Amino acid sequence: QSRYYHFQHCSNTDVVVVYTAQELDSELESPVRMEEESEVELQVEEEEPEVMKQPEQPPPCLSEPNTQGIIKGSDLFGYVGIEAAGFEFNIMVVGQSGLGKSTLVNTLFKSKVSRKSCTPNYEEKISKTVHLQSVSHIIEEKGVKMRLTVIDTPGFGDQINNENCWEPIVKYINEQYEKYLKEELHVNRKRRIPDTRVHCCVYFLPATGHWLRPIDVEFMKRLGNIVSIVPVIAKADTLTMEERLEFKQRIRQGLQANGIRVYPQKEYDEDAEERILNDRIRESIPFAVVGTDKEHQVNGNKVLGRKTKWGIIEVENVAHCEFAHLRDLLIRSHLQDLKDVTHNIHYETYRVRRLNESNANGLGLSALSLENGTAEKSEAESQL
Amino acid sequence: MDAIMLQEKLVERLLCARGRTTRQKDKQYVGFATLPNQVHRKSVKKGFDFTLMVAGESGLGKSTLVNSLFLTDLYKDRKLLNAEERINQTVEITKHTVDIEEKGVKLKLTIVDTPGFGDAVNNNECWKPITDYIDQQFEQYFRDESGLNRKNILDNRVHCCLYFIPPFGHGLRPVDVEFMKALHEKVNIIPLIAKADCLTPNEIKKLKDRVRDEIERFGIKVYQFPECDSDEDEEFKQMDKELKECTPFAVIGSNTVVEARGQRVRGRLYPWGIVEVENQSHCDFVKLRNMLIRSHMHDLKDVTCDVHYENYRAHCIQEMTSKLAQDNRMDSPIPILPLPTPDAETERLIKMKDEELKRMQEMLEKMQQQMHEKDQ
Repeated sequence: QSRYYHFQHCSNTDVVVVYTAQELDSELESPVRMEEESEVELQVEEEEPEVMKQPEQPPPCLSEPNTQGIIKGSDLFGYVGIEAAGFEFNIMVVGQSGLGKSTLVNTLFKSKVSRKSCTPNYEEKISKTVHLQSVSHIIEEKGVKMRLTVIDTPGFGDQINNENCWEPIVKYINEQYEKYLKEELHVNRKRRIPDTRVHCCVYFLPATGHWLRPIDVEFMKRLGNIVSIVPVIAKADTLTMEERLEFKQRIRQGLQANGIRVYPQKEYDEDAEERILNDRIRESIPFAVVGTDKEHQVNGNKVLGRKTKWGIIEVENVAHCEFAHLRDLLIRSHLQDLKDVTHNIHYETYRVRRLNESNANGLGLSALSLENGTAEKSEAESQL
Repeated sequence: MDAIMLQEKLVERLLCARGRTTRQKDKQYVGFATLPNQVHRKSVKKGFDFTLMVAGESGLGKSTLVNSLFLTDLYKDRKLLNAEERINQTVEITKHTVDIEEKGVKLKLTIVDTPGFGDAVNNNECWKPITDYIDQQFEQYFRDESGLNRKNILDNRVHCCLYFIPPFGHGLRPVDVEFMKALHEKVNIIPLIAKADCLTPNEIKKLKDRVRDEIERFGIKVYQFPECDSDEDEEFKQMDKELKECTPFAVIGSNTVVEARGQRVRGRLYPWGIVEVENQSHCDFVKLRNMLIRSHMHDLKDVTCDVHYENYRAHCIQEMTSKLAQDNRMDSPIPILPLPTPDAETERLIKMKDEELKRMQEMLEKMQQQMHEKDQ
């Protein structure tokens, strides 16, 4: 099956990348700011995902709205160009269906960036296998652009037999590292290698109030060593404050007992100051979050919240839930750190392992294997 | 007591001398209108029993709900398993029995819990221990019923199974569908939406519609409320209709009492508000309790005895007769389970035990009476 990808310019640089994952469900790239909805009162239509509007006026981050380079292809495992200015951030969300992953991502970035929002006529169905879908957007704030990629994992943990449901995810992450590695080793390297590595994996725990479940332990054990995991308690509005504290404590105990390292990892604290800051974060993970994209009136202000018969749960109110802490961690304070840890630690671990493997096999993982080079080149390169 | 007094009054009227017109009326009055009262007296004396099973993943509030329903604390000293212990856990069946009494009516309540259901990574056939348990109870009852001494048959059959659907999903998950399909012909299933306080009213409505659709689509036979009789009054019919449209019930349970609107109520205290368990606009707990305990408890038992147990029995007999035919043995005129021929020794022992039981019961009653007199 083939898809058309719609490319648009981004200021004065080249064409923007659309990244696709295994199953090609990449959506049209079009940055959308979150719609502000007035107070809702039991209207069922509100819950339907909004069909993405084609912007009449060019959205702020695009200066040239004309299209270019419509590419047809069923297998676009790569990229077309690079983006000179702006940041890249790749976030993966993992958890059973219905835990509010898409809603949370939308709330975090205040845009409809999740897979759900980008597919018109979306219908929630439990898929039979785990497959990964990624959606990229460019969002802008105060002149700073960010290319955000959200990688979703529908089907994880939804079946009766969930053995090895984490394997497609492990495979995906390693494939991104491999891709980057190949680029790095290339003779003619791009000035800026497009970074599709997963910088952060947000793992959603259902708010049972008891302990980590076996599937949680299995997943985080396997992935804690290759990617930075940020566990969150999803739909935390079903736990009272005491239950929440107890649950968090039990989860932390469980993580420690199983040797699972989550972000921020203790070993990577660079100095005392950072350690103090990260210790505080470590004492409050996993964050108990509630997500929504609806606004309500509270005391004359418009707040993001969920309205129930017994009160309004304000998402950004730290007395209600820890969404603000999560947002601060992921975006405002530790975003660059997440990328650094991914690049300096996880990626390097992968790279060292791969190079050792290939040296052991006798085949130098060199430019030779990637491009037709001369013998001298290959010798020089195999010193790697 | 009123019923008994009424009965006595009626008997009195029958026996004493009255004027002619009254005697005429009395001639047409036979007196069996007191039968319901007689039955009532006998049943109250005997006491009732009810076996309720709760099933669903851990952390859905099953124990809390059971405690809220029956205002007891059945799970006081429960220890929650941590993740390591859970990895190798299989589905267990645990039973708690408690005797509760209200206004002179005794109820022996048995709760059958299913810890470990749906918790593992691989949950293939995790419902098998549960179906085996239910079948075992049927088989035991069948044996007792076919036995020679039928005086003290213990009825351990499961009368109702509350199945907890997590509110986090978008409808029924594969494990929910498989579980209900494995059990819908053995026990009355009442699906519930657990922890409903994490859903807005809109979301609850959508989820309920979705679950109802999927139940129909997959052909799952959940417990159906019996139709009202046509001679019931409109109000009752209306209530009944509302009840039916509300399924599956979205419930919240609570073990704690909080202060809300000046009253002490069972509820959950959040920073954004207080959820009251017994407030009908907050959740369907009251509807569930009324349905389960106040109006349909007996119907649940009847359906278990008349439908599920009879199905099991018919199936069992069919299997036996087909096996007998296969073995070319003579068909026994009464298809009963092959009994061990009771020898005289066992019979004597049984008789001894019976008498002992009777004596103990009498002593217990005497003691209760003495305590009662002391209190007064």
